[in-house]
Amino acid sequence: MNAVLELQQPAGIEARTVVAAQDLTRTYGAGETAVAALRGVSLEIPRGHLTAVMGPSGSGKSTLMHILAGLDKPTSGTVEIDDVEITTLRDNELTKLRRRHIGFVFQFFNLLPMLSAEENITLPLSISGAKIEREWLEELLDATGLADRRRHRPAELSGGQQQRVAVARALVSRPTVLFADEPTGNLDSQTSAEILGLLRGAVETYGQTTVMVTHDPKAATIADRVLFLADGLIVKELGRSSQAEILETLAEVGR
Amino acid sequence: MRRVAIRGLLSRKLRSALTAFAIILGVAMVSGTLVLTDTIEKAFDSIFSSSYAQTDAVVSGKKLVEWSQTGKATVSPDLLRRVQALPEVEAAAGTILDMSGDSNQAKILDRDGEAIQGNNPTFGLGVDPGDETFNPFRLVEGDWASGPNEVVIDLGTADAEGFRVGEQVQVAGEGPVRSFTLAGIVRFGDVDSLGGATIALFDVATARQVLDKTGFDAVAVAARDNVSAERLIDAIGVALPDSVEVKTGSEQAAEDGEGVGEFVTFIRYFLLAFGGIALFVGAFVIFNTLSITVAQRTKELATLRTLGASRRQVLRSVVLEGAILGVVASAVGLGFGVLIAKGLTALMRAVGLELPQASMVFATRTAVAAMLTGTIVTLVASVWPAVRATRISPISAVREGGMVVKKPSRKTLVIGLVLSALSVAGLVNGTLGNDVSALVRVLGIAGGVLGLFIGIALIAPRLIRPLARLVGLPGARLGGTAGRLAQQNAIRDPGRTASTAAALMIGLTLVSFVAVFGKALLASDESNLRKQLGTSHVITSQSGWDTVPVGAGEAAAGAAGVELASSIRGDRAQLTGGGEVDVSGVDPATIGRAYNFEWIEGSEAALASLASGGAVVREGLELPGGGKAGVGDRIGFLTPAGKRVETVVHGVYEKHGDLDQLLGQVVLSQAAFDRSFPRPADLLTLVQADSTAGLEHALVAYPDAKLQTGEAFIASWTKWLTDVMSLFYVLLALSVIVSLFGMVNTLVLAVFERTRELGMLRAVGMTRRQVRRMIRHEAVVTSLIGAALGLPLGVALGALVTQSLSQYGVSFSLPVVPLVAFVVVAIVAGIAAAVLPARRASRLNVLEALQYE
Ligand SMILES: Nc1ncnc2c1ncn2[C@@H]1O[C@H](COP(=O)(O)OP(=O)(O)O)[C@@H](O)[C@H]1O
Ligand SMILES: [Mg+2]
Repeated sequence: MNAVLELQQPAGIEARTVVAAQDLTRTYGAGETAVAALRGVSLEIPRGHLTAVMGPSGSGKSTLMHILAGLDKPTSGTVEIDDVEITTLRDNELTKLRRRHIGFVFQFFNLLPMLSAEENITLPLSISGAKIEREWLEELLDATGLADRRRHRPAELSGGQQQRVAVARALVSRPTVLFADEPTGNLDSQTSAEILGLLRGAVETYGQTTVMVTHDPKAATIADRVLFLADGLIVKELGRSSQAEILETLAEVGR
Repeated sequence: MRRVAIRGLLSRKLRSALTAFAIILGVAMVSGTLVLTDTIEKAFDSIFSSSYAQTDAVVSGKKLVEWSQTGKATVSPDLLRRVQALPEVEAAAGTILDMSGDSNQAKILDRDGEAIQGNNPTFGLGVDPGDETFNPFRLVEGDWASGPNEVVIDLGTADAEGFRVGEQVQVAGEGPVRSFTLAGIVRFGDVDSLGGATIALFDVATARQVLDKTGFDAVAVAARDNVSAERLIDAIGVALPDSVEVKTGSEQAAEDGEGVGEFVTFIRYFLLAFGGIALFVGAFVIFNTLSITVAQRTKELATLRTLGASRRQVLRSVVLEGAILGVVASAVGLGFGVLIAKGLTALMRAVGLELPQASMVFATRTAVAAMLTGTIVTLVASVWPAVRATRISPISAVREGGMVVKKPSRKTLVIGLVLSALSVAGLVNGTLGNDVSALVRVLGIAGGVLGLFIGIALIAPRLIRPLARLVGLPGARLGGTAGRLAQQNAIRDPGRTASTAAALMIGLTLVSFVAVFGKALLASDESNLRKQLGTSHVITSQSGWDTVPVGAGEAAAGAAGVELASSIRGDRAQLTGGGEVDVSGVDPATIGRAYNFEWIEGSEAALASLASGGAVVREGLELPGGGKAGVGDRIGFLTPAGKRVETVVHGVYEKHGDLDQLLGQVVLSQAAFDRSFPRPADLLTLVQADSTAGLEHALVAYPDAKLQTGEAFIASWTKWLTDVMSLFYVLLALSVIVSLFGMVNTLVLAVFERTRELGMLRAVGMTRRQVRRMIRHEAVVTSLIGAALGLPLGVALGALVTQSLSQYGVSFSLPVVPLVAFVVVAIVAGIAAAVLPARRASRLNVLEALQYE
């Protein structure tokens, strides 16, 4: 069963699809022990939206995100990012695509311990050999509240600060899409709120298209749209919702 | 806990294998050396004992002087007749079969008329065709040589040169070249190969003539049935002159083998030293790998502690891991030794030292020595990591973050500084100190170098940051972000980078030292020879150290275009009440113009007094009563022919250096020399000539004579030094290779540790190429740190040692080209070490890496 989605467009933003997936399946292993993590997912991510992907543990959220981001290949189906079909690209082309189009925020912050906060933020640019726009960097540092911590190493930063560095690192190359996998999974509720504020702010201020995987209903309240995954299928979709609505839907799809 | 150790090793197969290799190479060198030298020894034993296989007793001249050019005094034909007449004697024959020295040399010429060369002996020997009793050779083809025009040669030479029975073969003995009919081809006893030696075998009368011998090397005697060897020897002993003795065949074989035995023993310890260095470097690698492993296993070990394992059990499990590694690596190394033995044979052949081979000897002693050294070295290196493992507290099991990089401790630094200071003191005292006994010197230098290596390795963690910044600069410039990240990765755990680099430092220190010291010796040797030589050309034998028939020098003197030709005879003699000396026989009329004498005592006039039986001596000749010889002193010596010579010193000439000398410590006139030494021949002829055409023509009859310009002669006489340096380089390369395994190991472990990080880098846009470059640059930074530590240290050691020898005219200068070459070697080594880890890192699956805990 394919869940084809009708898009609900927030007023004032011209909806243009940035990421489009068709009939994605992903099976791990083969034969008796094969696990179908995705069983036929189609979706479109519109520009300037924050899309949350929710679902019980093991429902296929991370798998979906990895495939959308070009980190993994689907067993069948296609993914287009900015109208480029990515499932047939070779490793080098994919790497180049990631440099241009994709930013990541991970659950474990994954900063390089020997680099300063600022160096960690600009790492994607220096890897791709792109020029660092000073103004943009300063703006990011200000927005993430790291301006006075720029010379600090990750070990000298709190968890929340480290994740803010990670968010700034994901934004620095102005990616077409930002993917965040459980960005608050490793943080307390106070710092979680800060990070969510940052992500939402990026959407509001820069129109940053964002896909966030989370199992935290509170996190999903910042999303323009919430997709619910269960057993490798999209089973439900909500627009901007309250925590109560999300909890209710979760309980529903959890059955 | 034992199972934990074994499982641990198995689950980290690649790492264990790499670690083991660090020990395998050193052990292989030890066992290879023992196998090789045992095999050579057996081959020589068998050569010497074959010479006397059927012989009950041997009558031969006493060995009066070691390493004489002319060998022992000969046995007269008259004595042979007397021995033959004894009733106890069944058979006795005069033989020309002595292969223990340089006395029986006859060169076979190849088809181009050139002497078949190499630095190998070219034996000319004699065996009578009818003599079946005492003949050590076995005929392969044709017949024994008989009469003055026939020769038999050895199988190896016949094969190599394609000589066939019946054709003419040219041989040069102690006289001009002569042509002989090749009567047959032989092999020697059971020996597979005589190394590069050639054998020209004549009948005894012809051999004596070719070799210019008035008597025999020995009389071989077989006893009648029921006459015991003792009775035979007693009977012969009754009527022997002083210069001659009688022994059993096996005693004689043992005596013949003595010189060679000492030589083989020297080679054995020389090569073992390099095995020792490789093992020392291996110990660094083991230490480093086990330390990293323990750090990475912090959680696992802490969990074991929470489950009730005691400190002692943890200690035992790590040491056990080391022990298993040591035993397995030693066993594998023992096997690899056979390959190393083959490699060493090829290496020695490359520097002109081809030695005879018998079937391979694998003694129990070899196995025991290899297993013990390998295992003990590994165990010692694993003690400290094991102790560190016991310090892991159970709480680490639940603590987040796993590995903590510890700052290099202050205590380590202090120990390193103290050790280094002590070592430097020992070194300075050992090299520059006055009135220091030889033992203290050797201990000071050897201990100092060893201590300095460890001391610097302890200090090194503090030096890593500045050094990495320095040597990482070009990489960071050229390699972009990958290069910069590599530089930063190298300083993440300074302790680890330090001990990885220190292992490489050891090899690089030693090669730099060899380069500095070798260059200084070479320069001083060349300049000293230049100071001595007063002519445009020099005639030597092809090998440079064999003698040339006297006729060659005489022919040169008469040749067209020759202004001056002064030949110099040479041999060794036993100084009365003193040691052995080199004695030269010169032409008093010409030597003063050919050799640049500088007189310490006496004057040029002293040369004239040579003609009336006087002598001049080199500065520093020790007299029996103590003190140095001066004008008016009487000196006496015993020649290899058994003659006693007494003479008076008329002049003392200045010594130039201690390595290569054109003249001996004692210089006589040729007339006096020829009277007292057996079969005199020339070591050198110093020639002043404008054109060489006439000279070359005059020397055609002496194919072993080699005419060279003065400079070419100096270059070829000092070539042994360059050969020795090359030998050192090749042997030290082994330790460099061992340290490479350490580098590979550290990188593999680092890649493993940084899996998640690598995943993130790939996710945010790093290509596989960039990943490989990053790892490669890190390796190059590490190896350049090794070079930055090793080269200055080697140069400093070289400077210290050359300084200590400054009184001998040895002076320090920087060997720029070799040092630059070593830096290049270090870079290439780093790149090579990175190949495997870089491939692993670039092939990591991004997703798995990201999820990796
Ligand atoms: N590398 C893998 N190999 C095998 N099965 C996997 C792998 N990754 C995920 N799975 C399985 O696929 C399903 C979906 O996993 P995942 O996408 O990680 O879910 P989520 O992120 O929603 O918790 C689960 O059943 C999981 O066990
Ligand atoms: Mg997940």
